[in-house]
Amino acid sequence: MKPFTTVSAVAAPLDMINVDTDQVIPARFLGRPVDERYPDYLFHDMRFDADGAERPDFVLNRTGFRDASLLVADRNFGCGSSREHAVTALVEAGFRAVIAPSFGDIFYANSLKNGFLPVRLPDEVCRRLRSMLHDGPGGEITIDLESQTVTAPDQTTWSFDIDPFQKRKVLQGIDDIDDTLGEIEAIRAFEREYDARMTWLTTRRTR
Amino acid sequence: MMPRTMFDKIWDRHVILEREGNTLLHVDFHFCHDGSFNAFSKLAARGLPVRRPDRMVGTPDHYVPTTSRSIDDLASDDMKRVFRAFERNFASHGITHFPIGDPRQGIIHVVGPEQGLTQPGLVIVCGDSHTSTHGAVGAIAFGIGASEVAHVMATQALWQKRPRTMRITIDGDRPHGVTGKDAILAIIARIGAVGGTGYAIEYAGSLIRAFSMEERFTVCNMSIEAGARCGMIAPDATTFDWLKGRPFAPAGDQWDAALAFWKQVPGDPGATFDREERLDGAALAPMVTWGTSPEQAVAVTGAVPDPDAEEDDERRAALEAAVDYMGLAPGQAMGDVIVDRVFIGSCTNSRIEDLRAAATVVRGRRVRVSHAFVSPGSGLVKRQAEEEGLDRIFTEAGFEWRESACSMCVGMNGDIAQPGERTASTSNRNFRGRQGPGVRTHLASPATAAAAAVHGRFVDIRGL
Repeated sequence: MKPFTTVSAVAAPLDMINVDTDQVIPARFLGRPVDERYPDYLFHDMRFDADGAERPDFVLNRTGFRDASLLVADRNFGCGSSREHAVTALVEAGFRAVIAPSFGDIFYANSLKNGFLPVRLPDEVCRRLRSMLHDGPGGEITIDLESQTVTAPDQTTWSFDIDPFQKRKVLQGIDDIDDTLGEIEAIRAFEREYDARMTWLTTRRTR
Repeated sequence: MMPRTMFDKIWDRHVILEREGNTLLHVDFHFCHDGSFNAFSKLAARGLPVRRPDRMVGTPDHYVPTTSRSIDDLASDDMKRVFRAFERNFASHGITHFPIGDPRQGIIHVVGPEQGLTQPGLVIVCGDSHTSTHGAVGAIAFGIGASEVAHVMATQALWQKRPRTMRITIDGDRPHGVTGKDAILAIIARIGAVGGTGYAIEYAGSLIRAFSMEERFTVCNMSIEAGARCGMIAPDATTFDWLKGRPFAPAGDQWDAALAFWKQVPGDPGATFDREERLDGAALAPMVTWGTSPEQAVAVTGAVPDPDAEEDDERRAALEAAVDYMGLAPGQAMGDVIVDRVFIGSCTNSRIEDLRAAATVVRGRRVRVSHAFVSPGSGLVKRQAEEEGLDRIFTEAGFEWRESACSMCVGMNGDIAQPGERTASTSNRNFRGRQGPGVRTHLASPATAAAAAVHGRFVDIRGL
């Protein structure tokens, strides 16, 4: 996994609550391979009309936000479906992180597995950041994971919380499967005792 | 020892080890569907086997057509190739699998319980957010993404941080016409689409206890729409009766051992939750969503809210956007909303009791929408419905009677509506474009959706 340490980049404001993963990538694209077309699937139906033309109102189609690599969203970003393709689409389109007051639980977990950083900041801070970006398109935000800080275009800095265990994994780009297989003896020992009690558990027996 | 909630008791029994406040949790069962087809290649790329094929089971549902039972009828050549690879992978890893054409195939969240694999006291995961369904028997069941699916296949374990616990209690006698679907829509309308974020929810109270297993699955299924990690209901006689005799449920001496264990699964008396919510069961009514989030639900006798009544600018803008997308007018009565299509199906409401409820409303009437169809939750649900003559009630009314798949809940198999069309759907998400670009989805119970099909608009089933 690609580590995340610090990023300074243009940020785009997304003024919508409950941006579900169907909005991030519509279901009809999920069977497609990850290739050079993938960035176009991101927010597809918000970015493009039925004829494939850009919707001029959508923030990523506006001057100053086209090259954004960070998003500042509203509450419950990434709610809904567990599709990890939502994170893939963001990453393939060049995004590194999203800041929001709250996230869909599964989206949050999926993000961390891909070195894409979901940053929780209070509602009023996200609101202020979005307003700052609207007032100055092209404004950059800096996210520093080690110090757990977000610095706004006006240099105001806020701290954010992240679980220390998850932080370390993302900072160092630790592979979860390798890490867990390092505990295989503990897993086996647990299962020996557990399986001896739960003797009826199997997906194989049928009557 | 401090009294513990059901969630904490199940969690504690599955802890392999802890590191920095995170738990490596043992997974009992991994349910796998065709949307997780990449997982096998992720493992193969690392040269890893499926560690516990005896704890994994699969059936395809997301891409499966409802108009045929053949892989040849999948929407694209890519998908046909993927399906054949998926089936080969199950076979070569020795994993139990119900492929297209097997009568046991169906929506994974219907099939798991139907086969008796969904059991009390377990930790169950699946690469699908509606895995919360299985919590209805008193299990910790939650959806995971593709990376975590691969992790479970490689290790049979998952790193998790213990969520907080919330109890939602609904006491009171069941009002006429109210179902599990109406209860969960009312709950989400109350606590909001982020109300459950960071929580494991336990549903309790006399109305929940009075719900059938089918209704309990419906309630737990939509826990994710409130943002919760999972939803669960303490197992009781309803649960045990439902499990007995199912193919993968324990039998004989094993049944006795399992039953003794299952009776210990509910939380201890006096256990405290991080948060408590209460709803008055007697005040519940048939519900329907008006907007683009499941939290935007009202009684079917209610009306579309007026965004101008909202003082907060951002909230007002969100309401205006939803009203606009849905093509409704502020203050419009839900009973005046004209419906184009009706979908009865999905992991939320496609079980036999759901189909019976819809058929009761439909019987002897004619469909007055442009298109209506039923996709039973599994091949076995379909067979049972046909034995009961439900298929004829639907087809005589003008419904199509189709095969089992996720279908128009997510539209991945090509079952979608046309831009601008309005659907009444027994599924779980009314997100923009979920049932096709520009499609307007209203969520409702099977009876209310069926009533919309035969009346051409939303009606209060209590008056029928």
